[in-house]
Amino acid sequence: MKMLSTIARELFGLFVDDGSLAQAIVVLLAVTALLAREQFIDISHAAVLLVAGSIIVLVENVVRSARK
Amino acid sequence: MIDWMHSGPSVAAAFIGSSVEAVEALTIVLAVGTVRGWRSALMGTAVGLALLTAIVLTFGPAIAHVPIDVLRIVVGTLLLLFGFRWLRKAILRSAGVIALHDENAAFTKETQVLHLETSSRQRWDLVAIITAFKAVVLEGIEVVVIVIGVGAVGNTLIPASLGALMACLLVIAIGALLHRPLSRIPENSLKFTVGILISAFGLFWFGEGIGVAWPYRDAAILGIAAILLLVSRLAVGLARRAGNSNRALISGRPLL
Repeated sequence: MKMLSTIARELFGLFVDDGSLAQAIVVLLAVTALLAREQFIDISHAAVLLVAGSIIVLVENVVRSARK
Repeated sequence: MIDWMHSGPSVAAAFIGSSVEAVEALTIVLAVGTVRGWRSALMGTAVGLALLTAIVLTFGPAIAHVPIDVLRIVVGTLLLLFGFRWLRKAILRSAGVIALHDENAAFTKETQVLHLETSSRQRWDLVAIITAFKAVVLEGIEVVVIVIGVGAVGNTLIPASLGALMACLLVIAIGALLHRPLSRIPENSLKFTVGILISAFGLFWFGEGIGVAWPYRDAAILGIAAILLLVSRLAVGLARRAGNSNRALISGRPLL
């Protein structure tokens, strides 16, 4: 049982290490998908938002983690 | 016939990612074998590999039944979470904010733990079997995630699997030859590369899933990877500076 919970925890940990980074990525992806689906933005702009947004999320998280 | 031009990035990501995971699993199996005996260490490894094969054979064919756009969005999201987790850690390690992963230290720690466990007088040592099994399954699942992630959506599952298999065989062969942890492998640089490649795949597949028509089609993955590489190098500098300022503030030294 203990081993199963360890494996489950490790599996979750594969994708989520720093909770705030995972949260920010999921929010970014959801917002981009929503804006594209509802045609609030052009699909080519969605690509730019996706790449630029994820870069901002990553850099902000790395700098914040370094300051801790 | 495998189109290597199309599947090259998938094979590279699977090969490099799997080699990192195989090195980590090898360190633990070596520690188990050295301290508790090879019979049980190899048994745990074999059972772990059998479980991983069963997972792939069960879930692999099921993927074909998932609608392609849903698959792209789900795989893209998971790859981006997975890739950014590796990339973040690799950036922080390169910047000196967190310590580099040391296979020799991991080996020493594992052997100390295994020495403390009561030794078994039976033919099969349960502690050894479970430790080797856990290491193989946990690191192996990461290999499965990488292979399925980079191979399933783009129809490059077989080349990606071959890349992973080659990496694992190579690491096992070197480990069997040297009989010690592969500490000289530049693990953080490999993790940096894999983090970038997997994140690029993640952004590409998620974009395709929501309808983005990337310029230059599959080659866009390399373009995204190049952007991520540049940004990550920049992030290493920023993190180093932020870490230094933080340490200076704590120690009361003047900021430069």
